[in-house]
Amino acid sequence: MTTRTAITEASVPALPRGVKLRFDKQRDRWVLLAPERLFVLDDIALEIVKRCKGEATIDEISDDLARSFSAPKDVVMKDVIALLQDLTDKRILSA
Amino acid sequence: MSTPNLTSPAPAAAPSFPLAILAELTHRCPLQCPYCSNPLALEAASAELDTATWVKAIEEVADLGALQIHFSGGEPTSRKDLEVLVTKASEVGLYSNLITAGVLVGENRLSQLADAGLEHVQLSFQDSEAAGCDRIGGLKGSFERKLEFAKSVNALDLPLTANMVVHCQNLANLETMLELAVKLSARRVEIAHVQYYGWAYVNRAALMPTREQLQRATEIVEEARERLKGILVIDYVVPDYYAQRPKSCMGGWGQQFLNISPAGRVLPCHAAESITSLTFDRFPDKSLREIWETSEAFLAYRGTDWMPELCRTCERREIDWGGCRCQAFAITGSAGNVDPACALSPDHEMLQALAETDSQAESDDFLYRTRRTGQELQNTSDKPLVTAP
Repeated sequence: MTTRTAITEASVPALPRGVKLRFDKQRDRWVLLAPERLFVLDDIALEIVKRCKGEATIDEISDDLARSFSAPKDVVMKDVIALLQDLTDKRILSA
Repeated sequence: MSTPNLTSPAPAAAPSFPLAILAELTHRCPLQCPYCSNPLALEAASAELDTATWVKAIEEVADLGALQIHFSGGEPTSRKDLEVLVTKASEVGLYSNLITAGVLVGENRLSQLADAGLEHVQLSFQDSEAAGCDRIGGLKGSFERKLEFAKSVNALDLPLTANMVVHCQNLANLETMLELAVKLSARRVEIAHVQYYGWAYVNRAALMPTREQLQRATEIVEEARERLKGILVIDYVVPDYYAQRPKSCMGGWGQQFLNISPAGRVLPCHAAESITSLTFDRFPDKSLREIWETSEAFLAYRGTDWMPELCRTCERREIDWGGCRCQAFAITGSAGNVDPACALSPDHEMLQALAETDSQAESDDFLYRTRRTGQELQNTSDKPLVTAP
């Protein structure tokens, strides 16, 4: 890879091989397991990451979340893009 | 909906079992890097835990709440049963990572490991070009084999981290090392300055960078982080000989890290055996839970109670946890002393003078990491540089 992937409304995010969403039952929390690191997800981050299956676009994911949480879609989408851009820059999300 | 948040986990006050375990399966290795993090006293193959015992250890660490396991060594692929261990790790839900020199394994075996559930590969490079890589690692042809191995990792779509240990003999190539990592499609690169314990400690004069070299390296890394954002994640580990504050070694002794040695000794840090005043419990003589919670070695420097006055009253006591016990032992003769990397340590000036002297030595003579050399060195190198007060 030689260029940075920019997350847009049309991006279709997915967890690549080597990145796993897992429930940590000992500590009662969801974590993202990645190469030599581990990230603890809060409730909202979890809802976003659960939807990164290589199927839905950012636009569709934001629609879904806006309905589920009765929140304005433009605000939701801004948060979704910010989180997923961060995960992409950490090389633990493909899009 | 609130802003989503992503945080790195903070260690608990009373430490829960580590999230990640380092399994050093063997000390056998085809490479002989003069800064190897293994102890000088390398274990023979005959001392290694057998397959059934490693399987039992893997089951225990998963039960205790670990989520990741790093298979390391020596060269972990020297073990013919690695597939069995990766399969077991996968069965019990552990994320498995292979830390390798990449010179023993072809695409077939790597493919078998991937099928067994291997999640990630960390591949070491000793330099960015063949001559340096082969000389520093002490193995002819190693660089070409590593390039082939990296191709196999990519062909299997496994995530790749390139690990580059840097020192005065390869720092001039730092920029090309970063280019190599990009060329190999690595998602991450670790640029790790040598940490001066064990093998690296006896090879200080051939490895220690000058203050200026260190500063230049840090500038290169900072510039590359900006330029390669979203392309390559750069983890950067600095040496602390020129620092003012010690590193938070292992996130605190016995706080969040556990290492199992090839012979089953359970260690709070991979260099811990250099502290010859400690004894380490062995798995499976005791369970991993018992060792983590109650063994003498883990309790010795866990928390803040053991600290000398200077550290115990310091506002950073739970930030750097008193720094590095191995360094305190190597330099001052007592693992309970203030880490001399700290500017407040009475031995700090001596440590910095030592680094300055070593960095001017311009030696390129390595004492390569072999069992025999290690045995010889052990008899001569366990004396501290200064006498403990």
